Order: sequence, then C-alpha cells, then structure tokens
Amino acid sequence: MKYDYLIIGNSIAAVGCIEGIRENDTEGSICVVTDENYRVYGRPLISYYLWNKTTEKKMLSYRPDNFYKKNDVELMLGTRAEKINPEKKTVSLSGGREIGYGKLLIAAGSSPFVPPMKGLDGVEKKFSFMTLDDAKVLAEAIGKDSRVLIVGAGLIGLKCAEGISDRAGSLTVVDLANRILPSILDEKGSAIVQKHIERRGVKFYLNDSVAEFKDGTATLSSGKKIEYDAVVIAVGVRPNTALAADAGGEVNRGIATDLKCVTTIPDVYAAGDCAECLNSITGKSQVLALLPNAYMMGHAAGVNMSGGEELYDDAIPMNAIGFWGLHIITAGDYEGEAYVKREGTKYKKLVTANNNLRGFILIDDIERAGIYTRLVREKTPLDEIDFEAIKERPQEMAFSRAVRKDDLGGVK
Amino acid sequence: MKRIYVNEEWCLGCHLCEYQCAFANSGMDDMVKALKGKTIHPRIQVEGDNKISFAVNCRHCSDARCVKGCISGALSRDKDGVVVIDTDKCVGCFTCILSCPYGVIMPSSDHSVVQKCQLCMDNASGEPACVKGCPNRAIVYEERI
Repeated sequence: MKYDYLIIGNSIAAVGCIEGIRENDTEGSICVVTDENYRVYGRPLISYYLWNKTTEKKMLSYRPDNFYKKNDVELMLGTRAEKINPEKKTVSLSGGREIGYGKLLIAAGSSPFVPPMKGLDGVEKKFSFMTLDDAKVLAEAIGKDSRVLIVGAGLIGLKCAEGISDRAGSLTVVDLANRILPSILDEKGSAIVQKHIERRGVKFYLNDSVAEFKDGTATLSSGKKIEYDAVVIAVGVRPNTALAADAGGEVNRGIATDLKCVTTIPDVYAAGDCAECLNSITGKSQVLALLPNAYMMGHAAGVNMSGGEELYDDAIPMNAIGFWGLHIITAGDYEGEAYVKREGTKYKKLVTANNNLRGFILIDDIERAGIYTRLVREKTPLDEIDFEAIKERPQEMAFSRAVRKDDLGGVK
Repeated sequence: MKRIYVNEEWCLGCHLCEYQCAFANSGMDDMVKALKGKTIHPRIQVEGDNKISFAVNCRHCSDARCVKGCISGALSRDKDGVVVIDTDKCVGCFTCILSCPYGVIMPSSDHSVVQKCQLCMDNASGEPACVKGCPNRAIVYEERI
C-alpha cells in the first residue's frame, strides 16, 4: 500500500497538514497513523474536561464529524509508526505492516518526561497529564478524599491542578524552581498568579524536590514530608524525535526543519511539538510546543508537501492560559527595556528592544491583547505608531491613518 | 464575500453602532428593556477622540489566525466565509484574544466563553445591525475586491 501523503500523528499539526494539502491537491491519497484510539482533539482541553468545562464528545468535535471523509483521509487508529525507511520511502507499522509514502509528515508530538526519582516505581497511583486517556485514568483513580501531589509547577502541572480541583481532597505542588510558570512569567507575574492559585487551596513547595517516595509519603530535599494518595508527574515534555533520528535525520532538541518544514531526510517533513522551527524574534531554531504553532506549522508543511509554497517564518512563543478565572496572555521574550504597570492582580509588562515590541506579559488585563501580539510578530517599528497610547491600552488608534484604512477598509 | 468596512471620515463617534449591536444580540425585541441601565457588551467598539473616531469589529479574515489557533475548534469559517464561534465548544482559554491582530474578539459578559461579530447572521437582525443603525454611513456592508 502506498499513499501520496502519509502523516504520523493525529493531533493539531496533522489537521493543519491535511487542510494545507487539500488547498492544493484534492486528489492525492492521504493516510494518518496514530497510536491513540480517538479522532483528533486539542490536547490542552484535557484539564477543561476534568473541570467539566467540556465533554469528551465536544473535545472530539475539533473538526466536524465528516472531516476525515470529506478530506478523503484514511485514519489508522491504534497503530504505531515503528520505523521510517527513507531509502524505500516506507514506514513500518506496529503489527508488521509496511506502507509507502510520496511525502511524509512526522507530527509525533512529545512525551511526558519522567526523571528518575527514588521510590517512584513503587508508587501505585502515578500519572502523566498529556492525553485524553491520561485524564480518564486520573479521574478514575482519585476521589473527594484523595491527597494529590503534583510534581511540576509549569503549565501542565498547574492546569492539571485546576482540572482536578473539584475532584480531589487536597492539592500540593512541588517544583525545583523557586517560582511557578517560569517559562512564561517574570518573577512579579509568578508571584501574582501563585497567590491567586494558593487562594484556591493549592499548597506549593518551591525550590524543593522529592528526594524519595515511600509508603504514601514523599520526603522532600528540604526534609519536609508530604502524604499523598496519588502522584502526577508534570516535570516537562520531550519531543518525540526517535523516528527521525533512527532514519538518519538531523535532530537537536527537536527534529530540525527548514522554513518549508522539511527535515534533512528527502520528502520527509516535521511539524508540531516534535519539531524545531525558527523563532522569528531570536532568529534561532527551537521547539515551540504550542497548539497554534502546531496548526500553522502543519499547515505550511501540507502546502509545501503538495507543491505550493508557504514559509513558516513568523513563529513566536506565545501563550494564553487561565487559572480559576485569572487570565494570562504572553508573547515573545523579555530581553529588553521593560515598561511595567501593576494594580492588584492586574499586571502588564511590555518589553521593547531596537524600536520593536519584543514581548509582553498581561495578567488579568487581557483585552485586545492580539494587537500587542501583532506588534511583536510583525516587528512593527515603534516610532511609526503612537506607542504611548498603545502602552496604555491596545488600540487601532495608535496606528497611522494609512494602516487603519487598510485594516478596516481593506479586504482581509 | 460581503464584509463590514469602516470609513473613519464619516464617523461621528456617536457609539450608536455599539448599542445596535448589543440590542441585536440581546435576543430581546424591546431596545429599552434590553439596554436601559445595563452595561452593554457589544461586539463592535468605537475608538477615538474628539477629532478622529471609527468603529472596529471582526474583519472576517480569509486566513484567520483566531481559527488556526483555536484549541477546541470552536472558531471556524462557515460556508459563506463568516468567522463564527460555537460557544458550546468554547472553553474560554482566550487563545483567540492572543491571536487576533485587530483585538476584536472579547470575553462574553460572564467571561466563560468569547464573543465576536458574526455579521448578525446569528440573530434576528438578519443584516448587520451596526450598519443599519449608523446615521452617517460610516459603517458599510458590501463586497470589496
């Protein structure tokens, strides 16, 4: 069996790829191979699922019911891609089958990273928090009296805490770092959000780590002891790069790609959490493991795989996340001169460098944030806009009349 | 497709479009009952000062970043090209607020989901109420190429 387009992985990058391919090529055969047993869903929804803000049915309707049929995609569920054979242009699948490809996309995502921790093997109820199945098993295993220990105060660990907050008895979070969410916040921002989350009854042990798990008690490096019924490991994720590496492709932290999302293996592309792309702010390649980026990179890959041209050259780090009603939006990075405004839980930090807005943090003050994102992404020269006005609040008024005319009167 | 366009030269800054929008999306048939004494949450917003003013709402981009970035698939382009929100699927993560370059997607009044202009295709108005109610043709609904 041979397909014109073979996609390994069935998450958001795969959907972007399918939609990108079908813009150019309505005929070519497409096959998607996934080791999960679900149609596509947005992974970040799993915390909302546990928090009863969505349902499995709604999660699985990321695209309409007829999505695979309409796009003439063969979906192979419960099938693992074991090996890429680039010289034969085939992929070996679990169960011993081998299928051929014209163009291949690796959209294999990432896996939870579980560091070696003393006694962890003996913990009966331990979980990761990545997939719908992870969320289901976790929900089954805990109850109103459960004391849950979460290792990791990053995006995944804290979204997990929020998700299970109404299902668990108590929640404790331990992290080696001295503050929460260090990947997206500065120190002040971390402190504001931590206080907000603590008010919901979550207990933090920062600058600390689990030295040993034993008989339902975690002993921390500081000597403190925490009793638990269940443990969630949310230390971080690792890009799934093995398929590319074993096939001889260049792999750094993620799979190396160029602006057309091609790997160093001919006819093999990569997108999403497993791949590196250009961070247009730093000019360096890195994994930008974020859902919007997965879609856009997958889309660019699909267009390029099917004979079009779409460069994925404007990616930036960016995040929208909320905890118990406190919303945070961030983009870019914070290397430059900072303008800071704070009022209660409202916090705004705008970072400028070389006449550009390089990054920002907004907490509890997120209205129209995308206007700031646009400045970061488009590297708008700040002396061409009314930066004083836009510092106060994001607004179209800060742009020149000519830009406004195009924005509000032009065809988009 | 027909879209809403804004001529800032003609805008008086009267904010009537905001009231028309809030009324059209209130589901009520009496404007006074729908709006009087209430904080309105229109999907169109007037910006500006005494000299310059203009209304801003969804551009219905053909290559919409909000749709591409939506984590739940709640945002999509319908068959006519209108960018629509399915509030049943929306979880209120606000990734679209992060993504929209014009700042025209906003939290709903209770902040649980987002709201946006759907060209009044989702209410009883049948045509954009802001356009219909604009006294000076500063907002128009037309096809431009």
